[in-house]
Amino acid sequence: MVILMEEKTDEIRLPLIGEKAPDFEAATTQGTLRLSDFEGSWLVLFSHPADFTPVCTTEFMAFSEIYGELKKRNTELLGLSVDSVSSHIAWIRNVEEKMGVKIPFPIIADLNKEVSQKFGMIHPAQSKTETVRCVFIMDPESKIRTILYYPLTTGRNMKEILRIIDALQTTDKHKVATPANWNPGDPVVVPPPGTTEQAEERTKEGYDCKDWYLCFKKL
Amino acid sequence: MPCVSADGKPTKSGIEMLSALKGGASTPDALSGATGMPMFRVRSGLRQLVNAGFVKQVGDNYQLTPEGSKIVP
Repeated sequence: MVILMEEKTDEIRLPLIGEKAPDFEAATTQGTLRLSDFEGSWLVLFSHPADFTPVCTTEFMAFSEIYGELKKRNTELLGLSVDSVSSHIAWIRNVEEKMGVKIPFPIIADLNKEVSQKFGMIHPAQSKTETVRCVFIMDPESKIRTILYYPLTTGRNMKEILRIIDALQTTDKHKVATPANWNPGDPVVVPPPGTTEQAEERTKEGYDCKDWYLCFKKL
Repeated sequence: MPCVSADGKPTKSGIEMLSALKGGASTPDALSGATGMPMFRVRSGLRQLVNAGFVKQVGDNYQLTPEGSKIVP
């Protein structure tokens, strides 16, 4: 049987973990911004389905609540939806007036879906016109370090986003990995040895080793 | 916030940046320190001020143009 494969040259390839994120220029609630404007800081780029919707409103309030914690981690926030700047402004003014929460970070008005398509934020089986709840965590070189996708009906967990940033920054600083359910202060995982010699040596290094390939240490 | 309005005039943020440039801050880092604005806003604002003719880039530094100097005499 012969399977004919249609060549698609105009397909957009989504940026993957470890790759540099594609730059873009977009209108936002804080003026025209480029992704490269954020280099030097960690960045959480996130999409929401639409302005003036209930789950998104709770998420924006929650993102605003952790904004100070993000700044302590040299991390900026950048929201996005397929709405206009005017809609974003009306919504964040409404959130401030009715909920008492000021939205301090910029929001992209991606009316032509240029950015959302570049980042795979539209999942047609969920909605052809709205972005799903995506989170791209990028490091100061704009390299993608984490990608999270949530359905339209499930609001995101801010503690998990902070935990991921803490884990990534700990990994970068100490060249370690973080185990399941890790939180700052917990023991970290020492990278597995690459040689039998290293495996032998690590038994003398004072790590808490369950076996030669699973060793923990306190930072 | 945008540093230049639709009619081509510097906004409040724009004037703040021009004042910081006049005060001797000439790099994005120094401007961020002088204005308290995050780096992404400084970079975006400088781009707008350069395009509007209030600021010029010289190597890695930024300077007021004669037009910019008129705004913050």
